[in-house]
Amino acid sequence: MNTFLFGVFPYLAMAVFVVGTIWRYKYDKFGWTTRSSQLYESRMLRIGSPLFHYGILLAVLGHAMGLVIPKAWTDVLVPEDIYHAVAVGGGMTAGIMIVVGFVILVFRRRTVKTVFNATTVNDKVMYLVLGLTILFGMWNTISTAFAPEEYHYREGVSPWFRSIFTFQPNVDLIAGAPFQFQAHAVTAFLLVMIWPFTRLVHVFSAPFQYLARPYIVYRSKGDTGQRPTPSRAPQGTWKSPTASKR
Amino acid sequence: MRIMAQMAMVMNLDKCIGCHTCSVTCKQAWTNRTGLEYVWFNNVETRPGLGYPRRYEDQETWKGGWELGRNGRLKLKGGGRLAKLATIFSNPKLPEIEDYYEPWTYDYENLLNAPASKTFPVARPHSLLDGRPMNPQWGANWDDDLGGTYKTGHDDPMLKGIEEKVTFEFDKSFMFYLPRICEHCLNPTCAASCPSGAIYKREEDGIVLVDQNRCRGWRMCISGCPYKKIYFNHSTGKAEKCTFCYPRIEVGIPTVCSETCVGRLRYIGLMLYDAEAVTAAASVKDDRDLYEAQRGVFLDPRDPAVAREAERQGIPLDWIDAAKKSPVLRLINDYKVALPLHPEYRTMPMVWYIPPLSPIVDAVRETGHDAEEAGNLFGAIDALRIPLEYLANLFTAGDVEPVRQVLDKLAAMRSYMRDINLEREPREEIAQAVGMTGSEVKEMFRLLAIAKYDERYVIPTAHAEQAHALEELATDCPVGEGGPGAFGGGSGGPVPVAIQTLRETKERMQADDMSQVPGSVSYLQWDGRGVPGKASPEEVEHRQGIPGAGPDITADPRAEAPLKGMRAQEDPQ
Repeated sequence: MNTFLFGVFPYLAMAVFVVGTIWRYKYDKFGWTTRSSQLYESRMLRIGSPLFHYGILLAVLGHAMGLVIPKAWTDVLVPEDIYHAVAVGGGMTAGIMIVVGFVILVFRRRTVKTVFNATTVNDKVMYLVLGLTILFGMWNTISTAFAPEEYHYREGVSPWFRSIFTFQPNVDLIAGAPFQFQAHAVTAFLLVMIWPFTRLVHVFSAPFQYLARPYIVYRSKGDTGQRPTPSRAPQGTWKSPTASKR
Repeated sequence: MRIMAQMAMVMNLDKCIGCHTCSVTCKQAWTNRTGLEYVWFNNVETRPGLGYPRRYEDQETWKGGWELGRNGRLKLKGGGRLAKLATIFSNPKLPEIEDYYEPWTYDYENLLNAPASKTFPVARPHSLLDGRPMNPQWGANWDDDLGGTYKTGHDDPMLKGIEEKVTFEFDKSFMFYLPRICEHCLNPTCAASCPSGAIYKREEDGIVLVDQNRCRGWRMCISGCPYKKIYFNHSTGKAEKCTFCYPRIEVGIPTVCSETCVGRLRYIGLMLYDAEAVTAAASVKDDRDLYEAQRGVFLDPRDPAVAREAERQGIPLDWIDAAKKSPVLRLINDYKVALPLHPEYRTMPMVWYIPPLSPIVDAVRETGHDAEEAGNLFGAIDALRIPLEYLANLFTAGDVEPVRQVLDKLAAMRSYMRDINLEREPREEIAQAVGMTGSEVKEMFRLLAIAKYDERYVIPTAHAEQAHALEELATDCPVGEGGPGAFGGGSGGPVPVAIQTLRETKERMQADDMSQVPGSVSYLQWDGRGVPGKASPEEVEHRQGIPGAGPDITADPRAEAPLKGMRAQEDPQ
């Protein structure tokens, strides 16, 4: 079981992620959007959304620091206790921002009728997986903060995570980790797997090119802004099997 | 000098009777879909009034358009690139649905299905967003014909500076109608605000469009546009806007709103301009200089040097010819009777307006004076400061002088032509008083009053050598495609939009008489011939995506329901 969850499943998830994203981009550019619900309700969104998103950005930085950079490297640069303080401090801040933001957003989505109407089954599944990932992640942060000696994730989970990317997955490294760490890893890879098929694709649209491009875009009539398609058939839009039946 | 061509429009407000036909036909053609219930690419506002969305002109609230920075350079009023990215998770300046209005329909079924009772059944309003019964409180033209304006009128942002002088007492007020579409600006803030770069200005004709495949739904364009003429489709999660009916324009026919205008008050034609001069013109210091600055970027194609240079830069000859004959050019530059709407937003709008003389004519007539006598009118234009200052707030950033000059010209024309119609000797001095000659006045009268279809609309067709690229050849509108699917919207399926083929349009355009005209058209290609809305069975076979017309009929659950009912009736089981 461990071999599958921590040795096979991550590769499965990432393969689905890569292929799925390419496929979605190719066939569903029209559906590629955040599907904002701000038009319906903006008071709660104004607080919840920035809180959640900035929290997530902070958490991404934290994961890069804790998972990607080996402990041996940081030990050379900063003392253990300072590293721990930064990790826990940053982790708790990000965690609280994410949890509060997420609760506000889910509450809004459930209670504002127009927003709820615009919520698909797809969204609900995604929120469940995302919520579980956040829950276990928060548990990890709290357990690391209050019982730092119980489990050193940078000696177990982190090397396991890196071992995936060197194509020599070392399942034993994470097999001994507490439940919440294992659960966080599994739900996170599950999230990666469903990513291309949910609204989460909007992450890849982060419009950094806006900083560099001229303000006004001119385009010739025939220029689609993308590579020319061989035929002038209408650009394909992905249709779900159910759409044709409806 | 970089010469570009811009498809532009002028509306003569004196002739607008506020019938909303333009709005209705535009909605039929473009926004009768799920997600756009509240959207009017073309709307008609009664002024004074709040407009649609409410108080959209108050840029201190909405932060649309450009402003001059301390260094004298243009910057987005709503914040620059970094500010836009920092607030991307929740747009702080987005109008909510209440600022437009919550769309509704009526429960008509109750009229048929209600059980017998002593009282008549009523069709109650239901929200089109969540289906609940609702009590409509506002609409796109709630204050039509000054309805309720005694209560809300003082919130009109354009009364700035003249608040105390304006009363909304029935017999002392003035009003006129203001039809609005997208301005297709030379310096559009919507495009500048779009983080994804999805909004672009077409090089050939300057029409501003949203690439539906590139839009990612960040909504910054909606805040950026000071005219609030970009709308959020809450079903697809993307921005949509007035397209200047480009599929029609490309084959040389006017926009739906112009085509169906009862008062025939709209003019469409090309303007040539120097694209390199736009930024400098939009950056002049004083708001009141912007009208003249914008006129300064226009080029006169009748000047041989300009025509030669335009040709050298690749503008097709027939386009240059069309630009020479452009009615818009004559109204803006020759007679100088058309003015831009809100030049102070610094976007260089390209839908211009001839301000209405009618509030003044009405006022003169009510005092018992001759409202077509030049002296009376000239005097009244000066004496009735309120309409003048109000119009100046709309069209010249508050500068009364250009508005007065336009109204003087319209008054002179009225008076001069009256003498001709009454077979009196026309008085040249009336024309001279406004700096024109009698024959110029007559020409202007012809253009404003009796110009025929092809004088009002001078639209060169898009080029055959570019035909492979015509967007119309893709035959259908991408915004109607697909449907919610697994990823898309949850609130009901989209109603597909029908845009018929280029072939069909061409056949209609080339038909010699009515017998050759195919029986059915949608408003999107209706050119005034035939009756829109009827199709022969053979045509139906070729159709897809028209509600109730083609084999697609079962794709729409609402269309399927009555069919099922019919089958049940036919089948005795």
